[in-house]
Amino acid sequence: MSETKKFMYVNRKAPYGTIYAWESLEVVLIGAAFEQDVSLAFLDDGVFQLTKGQNTAGIGMKNFSPTYAALGDYEVNKIYVDRESLEERGLTLDDLQHLVWEDEDEDYAEKDSIRLVTRAEMADVLAEQDVLFNF
Amino acid sequence: MKLTIQINEGPYQHQSADTAYFFAKAALEKGHEIFRIFFYHDGVNNGTRLTTPPQDDRNIVNRWSELAQAHSIDMVLCVAAAQRRGLVDDGEAQRNGKDATNIAPGFRISGLGQLIEGGVQSDRLIVFGD
Amino acid sequence: MAMLHLVNKSPYDACNLNTASTIMKDGDQLLLIEDGVYGAMKNSKAASLLKGLKVAVLGPDLAARGITEDKLLEGIDVIDYGGFVDLVVANDKVQSWL
Repeated sequence: MSETKKFMYVNRKAPYGTIYAWESLEVVLIGAAFEQDVSLAFLDDGVFQLTKGQNTAGIGMKNFSPTYAALGDYEVNKIYVDRESLEERGLTLDDLQHLVWEDEDEDYAEKDSIRLVTRAEMADVLAEQDVLFNF
Repeated sequence: MKLTIQINEGPYQHQSADTAYFFAKAALEKGHEIFRIFFYHDGVNNGTRLTTPPQDDRNIVNRWSELAQAHSIDMVLCVAAAQRRGLVDDGEAQRNGKDATNIAPGFRISGLGQLIEGGVQSDRLIVFGD
Repeated sequence: MAMLHLVNKSPYDACNLNTASTIMKDGDQLLLIEDGVYGAMKNSKAASLLKGLKVAVLGPDLAARGITEDKLLEGIDVIDYGGFVDLVVANDKVQSWL
């Protein structure tokens, strides 16, 4: 039986202009079944993936942003967002979806999944990982 | 060491498939084991049997098939990415009512779990892409 | 625990080298490959990004692009694919800045 590894999915690309954001999420969802210690990182244009109010009707693409809200149900609840990337892009936490998970160890109390980190903190988080997926 | 390689881009369009190939060859020459090569996004296009590159240029698909055969490497095209981009083996043709298959020798189509398993079982995961 | 960082884009085309340089920690290794090798050139605007970092560059990619070693910044290791493999083994994990 292999030991549990720390898996990090690094997201640095905006949604819809390319498929990477969506196909990376598909890996996260499948990967959730493998019971590893999973985190997601959103850095550079990757932070745009998490914005609220995405309406894709006009471009004829599937709006996959609701999938981020479902991550908590897959026990994916460590979502690191780079503060500097947000600020560079004129965004604040308020512009992003409010992602939550339910902690069954605390009576299913709802907790925030997004952890806003500085660049230095993001570097520390990445350094702790065992396996880094990039798309 | 046991290595898993992820390739995100198709042949010729980006250098990733070439860099990954030379990396894989060098790793094998040094006695490392390649647990799996997993092709994702447009990377699944590395697995089509139907390319006809110019005679004076490298044949990327054949190169993969030859490497896989020489070293018994497991080369997997992600099924979801393959379905989107039209890479079809016998199983997929039957399941999805396609009238042809186009997968090259040495490749198989399977799920994303194969990539995750690669990450779990290998000592290193190396991703090549754009 | 040290990380190998791969950058394959020109610093004039994308922010990958910039971001990578802000994430790298002491002891980490940067390897420039493909179009990323342009980041190793001296007297260039991007040269300052590499200050203080352990940097290697893939020789075959330099040669392909007509970049001779005298055009490189001081202290950069020029390696081949075998050296690339060795760096992957020597570091605990690989971060590909795609």
